[in-house]
Amino acid sequence: MSDRSGFTEYHPRWLRPRMSTYWWLTRWSHFRFILRELSSVFVAWFVVYFLILVHAVSRGPASYQAFLDWSGSAAVLVLNVVGLAFVVFHAVTWFTLAPQAMAVRVGGRRVPGFIVAASNYLAWAVASAGVAWLLLGGWR
Amino acid sequence: MTRRAIEPILWVLFSAGGVLAALLIPSLLFLFGLAFPLGWISPPGHAHLVGLLGHPLVRAATFLLCSLALFHWAHRFRYTLYDGLQIKHLNEIVNALCYGGAVLGSAVAAYLVLQIP
Repeated sequence: MSDRSGFTEYHPRWLRPRMSTYWWLTRWSHFRFILRELSSVFVAWFVVYFLILVHAVSRGPASYQAFLDWSGSAAVLVLNVVGLAFVVFHAVTWFTLAPQAMAVRVGGRRVPGFIVAASNYLAWAVASAGVAWLLLGGWR
Repeated sequence: MTRRAIEPILWVLFSAGGVLAALLIPSLLFLFGLAFPLGWISPPGHAHLVGLLGHPLVRAATFLLCSLALFHWAHRFRYTLYDGLQIKHLNEIVNALCYGGAVLGSAVAAYLVLQIP
């Protein structure tokens, strides 16, 4: 099939600049984006940690005490301090972005963004107070 | 179901998990990860926790928090690997590990929540 016409070996090269694997290190906003995405790893860690607690409580007082001792070991403490920083970062970025994600309308008018964000922060405060109240003896 | 049909469902799970994680995890992790182990606040007794975690609503909330938070992780972590490390050629494996992990973790959470006396 050497007599096929209209075929050319020429092929235009794609204009696709190669992106470095470490593109997110070049700018603070990009780096913050990756940090925010990485907060999900600590959300998953919390689920593992919390389920270990639930399991320990199910097995009895001795297991619960063993969990409390383990949670005080240096490695677990360091992991939880870092985890808490990431989880708070997730919460702050999540609630700050809420006005962009939810267009709340009341009586045909769009509710200003700061009110949407403020109500999210208020919900966070109420939820945290509720957790503390349930755990620290308010509930019987 | 095609990929395109399931994507919105995965996004809703991600979003619901993000809300629950933001509302509940900071306080829980502060208490159980720092305040109790460091002795800032004395931890609740075992009987108190059994009564609390055994309550039907708390059981349901515990399961929902764990499951949805895992789907939140799966969705976000998949895109972190996709955008951050650009390992697009491993997409199928990454997706299977992330969402599969979330499904498996939800099953474990359901089992453990039902084990509470």
